[in-house]
Amino acid sequence: MQGTIFDIKHYAIHDGPGIRQTIFFKGCPLSCWWCHNPESRSSEIIDLIKEEVVGEQKVCVTETIGKKYSVIDVLKEIEKDIVFFEESGGGITLSGGEPLLQYEFVLELLKQCRKREIHTCVDTTGNVSGEKLRNIAEFTNLFLYDIKHVDDKQHIKYAGVSNKQIINNLIMLDEMGKDIWIRFPLIPGINDDESEILRLMELLSGLKNKYPIQLLPYHKIGSQKYEKFGIDYNMSDYKEPEQEHIESILKMFSDARFAASIGG
Amino acid sequence: MNDRIKRLREKSQNAEPRISAERALLVTEFYKSDQCEMVSVPVRRAMAFQHILNNKIICINDEELIVGERGPAPKAVPTYPEINLHSLEDLDILDSRAKVWFKVDEKTKEIYRNTIIPYWTGKTNREKVFANLDKEWINAYEAGVFTEFQEQRAPGHTVLGKKMFKFGMLDLKKEIQESIHKLDFFNDTVAYEKREELKAMDISADAIINFAARHANELENLAGAEEDENRKIELMEMAAICRKVPARAPQTFHEALQHYWFIHIGVITEVNPWDSFNPGRLDQHLYPFYKKELEDGTLTDDKAKELLGSFWVKFNNHPAPPKIGVTAKESSTYTDFALINLGGVKEDGSDAVNELTYVILDVIEDMRLLQPSSMVQVSKKNPDRFVKRTARIVKTGFGQPSIFNTDTIIQQLVRQGKSIEDARNGGASGCVETGAFGAESYILTGYFNLVKIFEITMHNGINPVTGKKVGLETGVLNTFSTFEEVISAFQKQVKYFVDLKVVGTNIIDRIFADNLPVPFLSLIIDDCISDGVDYNNGGARYNTSYIQGVGLGSLTDILTSIKYNVFDNRKVSIDDLQLALDQNFENQLELRNDLINSTPKYGNDDDYADEQAIIIFNLFLDAVDGRPNTKGGHFRINMLPTTSHVYFGSVTGATADGRLAKKPLSEGISPFQGADRKGPSAVIKSAAKIDHIKTGGTLLNQKFTPSLLEDEKGLDSMVSLIRSYFRMDGHHIQFNVVTADQLREAQKHPEEHKDLIVRVAGYSDYFNDLGEELQEEIIRRSEHVAY
Repeated sequence: MQGTIFDIKHYAIHDGPGIRQTIFFKGCPLSCWWCHNPESRSSEIIDLIKEEVVGEQKVCVTETIGKKYSVIDVLKEIEKDIVFFEESGGGITLSGGEPLLQYEFVLELLKQCRKREIHTCVDTTGNVSGEKLRNIAEFTNLFLYDIKHVDDKQHIKYAGVSNKQIINNLIMLDEMGKDIWIRFPLIPGINDDESEILRLMELLSGLKNKYPIQLLPYHKIGSQKYEKFGIDYNMSDYKEPEQEHIESILKMFSDARFAASIGG
Repeated sequence: MNDRIKRLREKSQNAEPRISAERALLVTEFYKSDQCEMVSVPVRRAMAFQHILNNKIICINDEELIVGERGPAPKAVPTYPEINLHSLEDLDILDSRAKVWFKVDEKTKEIYRNTIIPYWTGKTNREKVFANLDKEWINAYEAGVFTEFQEQRAPGHTVLGKKMFKFGMLDLKKEIQESIHKLDFFNDTVAYEKREELKAMDISADAIINFAARHANELENLAGAEEDENRKIELMEMAAICRKVPARAPQTFHEALQHYWFIHIGVITEVNPWDSFNPGRLDQHLYPFYKKELEDGTLTDDKAKELLGSFWVKFNNHPAPPKIGVTAKESSTYTDFALINLGGVKEDGSDAVNELTYVILDVIEDMRLLQPSSMVQVSKKNPDRFVKRTARIVKTGFGQPSIFNTDTIIQQLVRQGKSIEDARNGGASGCVETGAFGAESYILTGYFNLVKIFEITMHNGINPVTGKKVGLETGVLNTFSTFEEVISAFQKQVKYFVDLKVVGTNIIDRIFADNLPVPFLSLIIDDCISDGVDYNNGGARYNTSYIQGVGLGSLTDILTSIKYNVFDNRKVSIDDLQLALDQNFENQLELRNDLINSTPKYGNDDDYADEQAIIIFNLFLDAVDGRPNTKGGHFRINMLPTTSHVYFGSVTGATADGRLAKKPLSEGISPFQGADRKGPSAVIKSAAKIDHIKTGGTLLNQKFTPSLLEDEKGLDSMVSLIRSYFRMDGHHIQFNVVTADQLREAQKHPEEHKDLIVRVAGYSDYFNDLGEELQEEIIRRSEHVAY
């Protein structure tokens, strides 16, 4: 069994508690306009020609996006960072793309980590089958759960799919009593007006448990990648959110007694 | 920082470094005198010291609280013609060179022309040193295989222990008399030598007491003329302190600082020792005074900070003595490596961090000065908040404090034969060097260019830059049929050059012992008084000679490249590779790109590469560790470069890691600039694979993007990162929190970035004061478009 992974990031400090190793799985069911990992959408391995600067000169080389790993290969990489996990209370984070698109691989990897007492975190879009999510939840210590839009029409427009399954799965995990951090990308002009925030709070209020909320303000860093990978970028005219506006949204959450913070 | 300290700090920063002929004139005057001829060498040295201190100008700066300058004014730097005589040409170079310059006025040049040069030519220690070294040693030195610390500066490399915060010079004089009394002229064949040494120490103690009294006189004069009532009282109090210390043991916080400072001035006036001098475990030494006075109500935190601020400025007023030639290249900086030491454990092994530790950390953050440099010792017993407070200062981006692993340092010292108590009272000084404070002479003997030795191996003993044979004939390249044969040839060359270095050091040590004893330094380091033996002659309780390996990261990548590309994957023959190197990769862009971008590299937690680091480290260790020196101690290794990695690179051709000829090598045990592509945790894993416990210090420089420290989580993660490295026995880590863009901007507009301080290697420096090659090297460290 092999998984397709496009990056393994060491010393990841914003993908869950402590120092983490984040494993990025290739392939995603969503196509969010603001995605900063557009190379993760396709589940295929692709070759790109890029220029490498060597001293004063340039040379063309092939860069391969995505690589096949066995579970054992990934575990070897994970084991390298155990000392950091232990000192910081960290662990691994499976991200993407959508890790659950590679369900069997991910399930096996999570089981192996449980055997080794490694803290696991799954960063999911939630747009996956409830049964699969339920199965991996047993071996997952924490979910980073992305909500992009509560309004389904908007969700379909900007993320390419309906959010019904996403919301149902959140309710399911809530009922299972899992640890969850809600992640909400803050995109000016798309999901950052007061009514949308109120709708999100209403959704979260309906859950049995309260979860911390992490606002991820939109940034343009990812935009160069679209050019590099030849993907259309719809967000050229969008601006990064104003600090003042972010503060006011934070205040809305804290007034309603939600623990919200900026960043992961 | 209050306004007074702000003003003192600014004056110190604006003072121009210049050469003062004062000491040179006084020492020459003494050596020309009749009495000089009549006495033994140690007594002569003590009397010369006394002559200087009795006659030099007493300098007391406006508003300062701690007094004493080595020269006639701040940053007026003396010379030491008995050790190294500057020619008129040297003085011109010092005056005019673009970096690390010292102004030399016409009067000074005239004194040199008429008095200093005529007297000292043919009599200096430097000339003795070079006249006594073998031809093979000189060949290797000229090829850039190693440097020599003691060719124009005296051995120093030691740190004050706790004893001197409990005793005064009068107590030491008593000890001296007891030692003289115990001498056995019937059975001890060197009883006379011991008595002369002890007499010399006694004279040195008198000299420093009188020097303090001269300050007291001057302070009283100033007080008499002072119109400001507050300052008048202050000056009278300072005069009273100078009447008391260093003759008697200090009893207050202020007295303790002044007491130390007189000792500091004594050490750096007697000779020009490496690593100036250093109060060592400052928070431990000062804590009893601080605690008692806080309880008595005679001291507040603000007052303590003011005194420390004035103390800090004194260090900053004292640049390293001027260096020339190769020594200027290996250590191109004004910094004289005084390293304030905080934290660690107490003698009984318990957590040593106290309230004063945090007060001093505040001072470090506030003062933001090159000198003194600062460090924290971190033990598993110290609280995380101590490390986090340190990380918060590191985040401000001036490369201080550097961070050391006490638990590793103690194991290193115990392995070298120190008692557990001496080990716990010890620490690191200079850049990263391990020592038993107050009881050890731990001399750095020279940087050792591992990459150059490999280049010589690849050329069967010939230095390809000059065509001259400098090494052994260990085999022609294409006769090596396995990677192991290459390593074996390299090992023989390393052994050969280490032998040369050891012999050279043993000769130089004797030259210093016979001609340049240091009775003043001997007063304060155990057990010179009780044994009646000079510091430079093995009088310290422990005597270590360190050889500093340079280029571990570069050489690891070079060996990895040869193993990977030549032997394991047969991508290129060894002859073709060497040809490309000899041609400096001309028209070999694709090969070079493969070497850089498609070959495993050290610093990425990749065992394929890191195994070569272990091989290099172990064979260097085997060649050096445990060999006897002439002072009853042993040779040991440590891994640090100061700025020698730039010099060593400049004498080394292109290398199999893709580095071009003459470019800098890697520094310390850090990966080659830009070779680490998996972030800080992977670097730490690679660096921890060598056995740090068997060294006397390793240096790991870690670039750190400011964005990784933006929030509290970033700081907490840095604490965990440090703890992780130390759990794996890492010795030392320091962080440069700056982006390549910021540095490029500073290069373009130096006048707007006068304050920009960066971590170099074991010390920080103003970015503007660095040579261009070193600036470029540091920029490359900070980003991933290397080579």
